[in-house]
Amino acid sequence: MAVMRFLALGLALLLGGGLAWAGAIETREFDDPVLEQRYHSLTASLRCPLCQNQAIDDSDAPVSADMRERVYRLLLDGRADIEILNHMTERFGDYVLYNPRLEGRTYLLWGLPVALLGVGGLLVVLVVRARRNASAQRLSAAERERLDALINRERSQ
Amino acid sequence: MKRRLILLVPLLGFLVLSIFLYRGLSLDPAQRDSALLARDFPAFEASTLEDPERRVDRSLLEGQVTLVNVWGEWCPTCKQEMPQLLDLAERGIRLVGIDYKDTREQGLEFLEEFGNPFEVNIFDPEGELGFELGVYGAPETFLVDRDGIIRYHHTGYITPQDVREVILPEVQKWQ
Repeated sequence: MAVMRFLALGLALLLGGGLAWAGAIETREFDDPVLEQRYHSLTASLRCPLCQNQAIDDSDAPVSADMRERVYRLLLDGRADIEILNHMTERFGDYVLYNPRLEGRTYLLWGLPVALLGVGGLLVVLVVRARRNASAQRLSAAERERLDALINRERSQ
Repeated sequence: MKRRLILLVPLLGFLVLSIFLYRGLSLDPAQRDSALLARDFPAFEASTLEDPERRVDRSLLEGQVTLVNVWGEWCPTCKQEMPQLLDLAERGIRLVGIDYKDTREQGLEFLEEFGNPFEVNIFDPEGELGFELGVYGAPETFLVDRDGIIRYHHTGYITPQDVREVILPEVQKWQ
């Protein structure tokens, strides 16, 4: 019972906190639902330059408000997503991209997980193969003879 | 024996990762290069804080090496930084201020109280020029060479030590 009450209290605090936080971020009106969708995905993928790990759609830093305003204006202006992202990185640097671009200095970043997966797969194949060979070799001539004898006895019964 | 050594590979991987993460603990995320380094100071058109009638643009920053300091009356660190900026101005370095997200009264009050090392102040109440410069807080300081190209960017407080060890050498480098 006490646990339930504790959980309910925690949930209430969580929800209440969420609401209070949401109050700091302005809402925007869009006539076009597609534009609204793009606005939300863009502001969720841009990182606040002042805060360390917050998207601008979730940050009440003044610079985040300015950036949201700019995204909004550029969207109404008919700009493409890539143009808007470029607009931001030209001013605030690659730091603001939550998804780093694939380019010379990010090959390692993007390539490492794939390479590690490949190495892992290769290891599994090698280990399995080595085990299979090892267990097959372990039967000596005498053991094999005895195995054959056992199999034959089973068959003849 | 050789096979056993393979078992150490994950441990090795873990150690390498630990080194990177440990180093990450002591990195300052504010110390990153401005996206505008080696690029032209952005074009702008604004009035000055001192005189609403006087219009200035990026030609203001051509012809000599200039330190451009972004400040605001609302910014406590900017107040602490003023003695260092006054020191730089006394050494004959040209300083231009950007009064960022202030009202005119607040900006002028600030200069009266904490001193004015600036030849002139660009008035940027909406933070438009600040946005073009990728400013995300104040104070921030840009070194602009005689061709109007941004050569150095300092985020945050300039300590007296920074003046001696970073700012002055950078200014000399581009003089």
